[in-house]
Amino acid sequence: MSGYVLHRLLVAIPSLLIASFIVFALPRLLPGDVVQLMLEEHAYGRNLDELRTRLGLDRPIATQYVEWLGRVARGDLGESLWTGRPVLGELARRLPVSLELGLLAICFSIAVALPVGIIAAVRQDTVADYAARSAAILGLSVPGYWVATLVIVLPAIWWGWTPAAGFIDFRLNPWGHLAQFVLPAVILGVASAAVLMRMTRAMLLEVLRQDYVRTAWSKGLRERAVVLKHGLKNALIPVVTILGLHVAQVFGGTVIFETIFGLPGMGLFLFDAINQRDYPVIQGVNLLIVAIVVATNLLVDMVYAVIDPRIRYDGGR
Amino acid sequence: MADDEKRPSASWARSSVIALGSSAAAAGRFCRRKPLGALGGLIVVGLIVIAVFADRIARYDYDETIAGARMNPPSARFWMGTDNLGRDMWSRVVFGARVSVTVGFGAVLVGTVLATLIGVTSGYFAGRYDAVVQRVVDAWQSFPFLIIILSLMAVLGPGILNVILALGVVGAAGASRVIRSATIAVTGNAYVEAARALGCGHLRILARYVLPNVAAPIIILATIGLGSAILAESALSFLGFGVPPPYPSWGGMLSGSGRSYMYQAPWMALWPGVAISLVVYGFNMLGDALRDVLDPRLRGASGRPVR
Repeated sequence: MSGYVLHRLLVAIPSLLIASFIVFALPRLLPGDVVQLMLEEHAYGRNLDELRTRLGLDRPIATQYVEWLGRVARGDLGESLWTGRPVLGELARRLPVSLELGLLAICFSIAVALPVGIIAAVRQDTVADYAARSAAILGLSVPGYWVATLVIVLPAIWWGWTPAAGFIDFRLNPWGHLAQFVLPAVILGVASAAVLMRMTRAMLLEVLRQDYVRTAWSKGLRERAVVLKHGLKNALIPVVTILGLHVAQVFGGTVIFETIFGLPGMGLFLFDAINQRDYPVIQGVNLLIVAIVVATNLLVDMVYAVIDPRIRYDGGR
Repeated sequence: MADDEKRPSASWARSSVIALGSSAAAAGRFCRRKPLGALGGLIVVGLIVIAVFADRIARYDYDETIAGARMNPPSARFWMGTDNLGRDMWSRVVFGARVSVTVGFGAVLVGTVLATLIGVTSGYFAGRYDAVVQRVVDAWQSFPFLIIILSLMAVLGPGILNVILALGVVGAAGASRVIRSATIAVTGNAYVEAARALGCGHLRILARYVLPNVAAPIIILATIGLGSAILAESALSFLGFGVPPPYPSWGGMLSGSGRSYMYQAPWMALWPGVAISLVVYGFNMLGDALRDVLDPRLRGASGRPVR
């Protein structure tokens, strides 16, 4: 087990380094006229040279990267060009909002996808199966931001109801705080739910055709035991993989839903930063999200080892 | 066929007739076995026709302001109503198909070429080259789709060409993984070994033996990728980083200045969303059906949704 964990950790390190280099390189891809534009539109510096210095574009690239990595390791993500405040502090304040939104969305998608996927597989080619599959394709096709727009616009037209403006703090109004996350989390979770459901169904169908499942049936086990104990347990590995990949996509989605619903999380932070060409912030958000994603993937690998002893024993190659 | 062209030989003509006949039969079989996939195909063909003939199908120009027609509800004259600037929504949705088709096919072309290049070489050459390339792909994939695209667009600036480039490059990472696994499976076959034993070069083996055998997953990935790319473009334009106005992108029509008017003119919020959903649904259904028919192994390996 520890060998397996170590191997996974070692594989994650180069990915994280390369990803950090991509983040580091982002502002360096800027064409010169964009730096000029930043100077003219946002007055980020007195002249071109000063702005280049503040963006760190003025020295050899290798030294820059090592220095930058050193600063990042010490927790210094630079300051926002727009507000002048440290990026790290701002991220720390906004991360919980995005985490809450993302976790709720993922919980929702699992809560929907697993039962529906199991029913669709067990009752293959029945009305329930077709309904579930059609709903899944629909969930993949309808853009979430459109649904969110309709959810805000239509009730306002029909009943004159609008969601409360402004963010509700948990300490002031715990119930209202949670309530404001429900709609965005559900809409954000739909796409992941659709993918997870399809995966659960496909994998379970494959497993249910195996010999040991037939053995389980012929032993006279109840359907519940066959499907959940013998079937689902073996079908879960790819489902967990997809779930791990979707953590990243859910975090991407927070940009849209925090913008629409006015939730002050990382997504909105990134959106504003991109509008203002605030590169230290763009880098900071990207770096944090990559770290979260890599950590999640590691976690997923650990989960494999827990739910499937086979992986534990042969080192996970 | 023009007269001055060289006349094809009889056997060529016969074999092409047979090929045409058998592909028509295959299409017929596909429609019977996968009615929903055929419906998806129909939607896709409809989209392309509308995009190509947009200037004939639309009743007005996409940025033509019609005097005295601000926020008219749907009517015989304005099928989908008009927007806050008095522009015909139907015409804008029709021209919007052009943006979707251009960006969708452009991004998938860029993405597929890149993914094939990475996936096939990585799977074929294996070893240290594969290990290094895969770590880069890992890193590339650890950015959420939308985040890295938005960040790229911040660097590149809005514009249709930049959207195509960004979507293509970002979409390639995931697809290259699937192509790599397919390549590894093909490379292990005896006929590849035989070709090598006969003294074929790498380039020849890749072109003659590997590529044709990984074509099925590439086609499926591209079909599903088209839907994802169109969805992603609309999301980018919705956020204001995609195709700049006044050119009508479906996502852009749902965003920005229009949003505050949707309370008085809900049809402004309705039709572009319906168009996106329908088109993406079409590509997803078609891709699903193609996958079932061409390559059942890929079940469940569909593209990532962007919302």
